[in-house]
Amino acid sequence: METLILIILGIVVAPVLGGLISGVDRRITARLQSRFGPPILQPFYDVAKLFGKVKVINNFWQVFCAWVYLIAAALSVGLLFAQSDLLLIFFVQAIGAVFLVMGGLASPSPFSQVGAQRELIQVLTYEPLIILVFASIFMVTGSFRIDEILNYDQPLLVKLPLMFIVLGYALTIKLRKSPFDFSTSHHAHQEIVKGVLTDYSGPYLGIIEIAHWYETIFILGICALFWHTSLVGVVVLLATTYFAEILIDNTMARMTWRWMLKYVWSVGLAMSFVNLIWLHAG
Amino acid sequence: MLKKFIDNSRAKSPWIMHFDCGSCNGCDIEVLACLTPMYDVERFGVINVGNPKHADVLLVTGTVNPRNAKVLRNIYDQMPDPKGVIAIGACGLSGGVFRECYNVLGGIDKVIPVDVYVPGCPAKPEAIIDGVVAALAKFEGLKG
Repeated sequence: METLILIILGIVVAPVLGGLISGVDRRITARLQSRFGPPILQPFYDVAKLFGKVKVINNFWQVFCAWVYLIAAALSVGLLFAQSDLLLIFFVQAIGAVFLVMGGLASPSPFSQVGAQRELIQVLTYEPLIILVFASIFMVTGSFRIDEILNYDQPLLVKLPLMFIVLGYALTIKLRKSPFDFSTSHHAHQEIVKGVLTDYSGPYLGIIEIAHWYETIFILGICALFWHTSLVGVVVLLATTYFAEILIDNTMARMTWRWMLKYVWSVGLAMSFVNLIWLHAG
Repeated sequence: MLKKFIDNSRAKSPWIMHFDCGSCNGCDIEVLACLTPMYDVERFGVINVGNPKHADVLLVTGTVNPRNAKVLRNIYDQMPDPKGVIAIGACGLSGGVFRECYNVLGGIDKVIPVDVYVPGCPAKPEAIIDGVVAALAKFEGLKG
């Protein structure tokens, strides 16, 4: 019963929090560029407006994919709040990521096709890193279950500092921030129009936006596991991490997918390797 | 209540897209100037999108001729309702000094319905922002 309440709480609270974080993100980005920026609630206005628009679709498959993406994202956050198994959560969010790609491939538009291919490469880049992070958490705590991880007596950050940076890479890719924002991005960098989201419009774009808020909360929730022992620690850790994301987004230029694959895999795998050896030796 | 929120949001989040029907680049540059941090139109929720399927407001500059009329019409048709169109500059309004040319059709409104006209040669960024705000009045009108 308690689990059910936690799941529902997660599914209801996560998009609200995700939207607010996105609003604060745009505000801070604007301040970094000497602008005032939109109100904090701007993402909610955007999504509400998208839901008020006429439905224009290419085919049914696209609509289906948008919904599966949303449901998978919501479910992974729900399971995270319910303190379920990390591996189960990982596979549920992977389904969402794959369906977003399929939705892009379902449309005949070349922009959408290119975006979908790039999104696929992004998924290929961050999924191994996330699974390594989960595996290293298992090595420290001896369990994939979040409720048992939360019983661990010291912050994971002490034992897995490099894995946290690796998770940071996954976060940057998942949030579609520079320099990894080539499948789609929020603002005016648009040499492939809007990438994988090109052919989504109106309510379906709104659905994807909400799913994106869920994903933000999902990855931040995983980050929160690294300092689970104190609430202040969680808040400080998440605020620092997200501010670092915004800073990187504003100071980096977009790179190519080849660079991303080479850089993130080499650096990410090397850091995981070092951290795991250190863990094993210590 | 939800409907009211959606209607209010429409006026707070106009995503714009601009299309240049072959102007002298003057108006086009002024449109881009609007999007710079100096004017900071994102304060009003304006985002510049490159995709007609995401756009709410279409900014059109330059003279329409039989060739680009097809493109303009296509872009307009791809925007989901409710949408607004703003014609910018003397050329967009009436054809300007090119009005009598054999290949110039006249104003933008010969091809697609226009909601707001922003005069000027070129139109000032302030005037263009004013035009976008005036176009939002059309979305406000949908409330009733």
